[in-house]
Amino acid sequence: MAENMNIMLAGFGGQGILFAGKIIANAGLIDGRQLSWLPSYGPEMRGGTANCSVCLSDEAIGSPLVTEPDALIAMNLPSYERFVSSVVPGGVVIVDSTMVGTCTMRQDIEYYTVPATALAEENGLQGLANVILVGKLLSATGFSTEDVVKRAIDKSVSAKHADLAEANKRALAIGEAWAVQEC
Amino acid sequence: MAEKVLMKGNEALAEAAIRAGCKLFFGYPITPQTELAAYMAKRMPKIGGVYLQAESEVAAINMVYGASAAGKRVMTSSSSPGVSLKQEGISYLIGADLPALIINIQRGGPGLGGIQPSQADYWQATRATGHGDGQIIVFAPSTVQEMADLVASAFDLGDNYRMPVMILADGLLGQMMEPVELPEPLGDAALPARPWALTGHHGQRSHQVVNSLFLDAQELEDSIVRRFQRYEQVRKNEQRAECYLTEDAEVVAVAYGAAARVVRSAVNKLRQEGLKAGLIRPISLWPYPVDVLEHQVGISKAFMTVELSMGQMVDDVRLAVAGRRPVNYFNHTGGIVPTPEEVAVALRRVLAGEELHIVPFHSKLKGEQQ
Repeated sequence: MAENMNIMLAGFGGQGILFAGKIIANAGLIDGRQLSWLPSYGPEMRGGTANCSVCLSDEAIGSPLVTEPDALIAMNLPSYERFVSSVVPGGVVIVDSTMVGTCTMRQDIEYYTVPATALAEENGLQGLANVILVGKLLSATGFSTEDVVKRAIDKSVSAKHADLAEANKRALAIGEAWAVQEC
Repeated sequence: MAEKVLMKGNEALAEAAIRAGCKLFFGYPITPQTELAAYMAKRMPKIGGVYLQAESEVAAINMVYGASAAGKRVMTSSSSPGVSLKQEGISYLIGADLPALIINIQRGGPGLGGIQPSQADYWQATRATGHGDGQIIVFAPSTVQEMADLVASAFDLGDNYRMPVMILADGLLGQMMEPVELPEPLGDAALPARPWALTGHHGQRSHQVVNSLFLDAQELEDSIVRRFQRYEQVRKNEQRAECYLTEDAEVVAVAYGAAARVVRSAVNKLRQEGLKAGLIRPISLWPYPVDVLEHQVGISKAFMTVELSMGQMVDDVRLAVAGRRPVNYFNHTGGIVPTPEEVAVALRRVLAGEELHIVPFHSKLKGEQQ
């Protein structure tokens, strides 16, 4: 079983931050773990930044608000800048480099830069940069298994959009396999 | 065992209510409660129930009054400013001895306040849900599972004691998702009989009255005293609390709902450092779980209440502790949720013998956290 993990996902409203968090949460559900998923809500969601706290644990979860993330997924520069200093030393940061561009990097955390938005465009998976980043989080941290995360995708897409599950799984695989790691 | 599903707290409350036999929902949308009303709007028509978006909160609570008087299991939900609007109707429900479920997903106040999580309606819920002599039962869940579990109890106690029951949660609990195992649906036959209900009888029995107006003062006093005799039973039988690592705790934090989750994380931190901290988490806010606090006075050196308000429940802790131990206080308000780290700092200071109070403590703590 993977370790307890507190994850912060952050980006603009509309990038699928909450959905990406939901996939991770559903993976925790299938794995039979304790978990919580907490979105930012209200004016932040309307045109501003969106963020989402996901906790995976084997014990009862206290505060669902992630203040010291073990892993951060940042989908734009303001979100990266807002949250990077709170990542625990030795933690993991996964950055959509298409959106974040160049940024100052901490020396005590592990970086995975993935041009997720560009990769999504190139592969005809517009709007699925979020799931590409979840794929990278999976291979970087092993928060669950590939099989479980694929099932989590099936659970997360609404019945109305069930046909999109396959595209989501392709996006997941692209992120999982993305190998270039820069520092 | 039923399969666990991932649900928002707001949705879990709604689904649990339907499964507890509630077929009537009257409400009005307000953040951060709206998912509850939206869920009801979708589900109620499918189960032959009624979802009605009233023209206002005042109208909604009076529809609840009517449906309850007619013997139906009925509910409404709102968030802080909307609950203020319902207060007149809640007082009428109390005065007419009518059960109903009222949900408050609290946000920051006073006035329109904000939309982030808050616990600043504690006094309103437990002291003054409406004018006049009266109380309602108030439950405070702390997880999505508990939100689902408390709904059926709330309806049942309302029927049993003939009084309104409130589930007092907040924006954090309403918006978050956790795995939840939903209760089995109750059939209509499982609902308690309401022989007092106004159901029409074609002259088969003497007529019944549901009313809160008693112009004869003696009659009014008698009706209130009878109601307070029931309240005594509620105080005796319905106190609920969770005690977490309290048996050897030198300092005990008292917190409910979302604040209790943060405190739980802080208590775990202190325990890892070998410090003896514990948590009493009231689940019933009225009746207040005075019995567990009474027991804890014999164990702990100090208490510390943590709330998302300027200090409301702390009054009940002080009443129960009655000066025998220091009762300290730590808070954030206006929609800010304290971090476990902040609460841990405060608990360490109380353990070291310091006394912490509201405003001065904030300024002192800021210096230390930098």
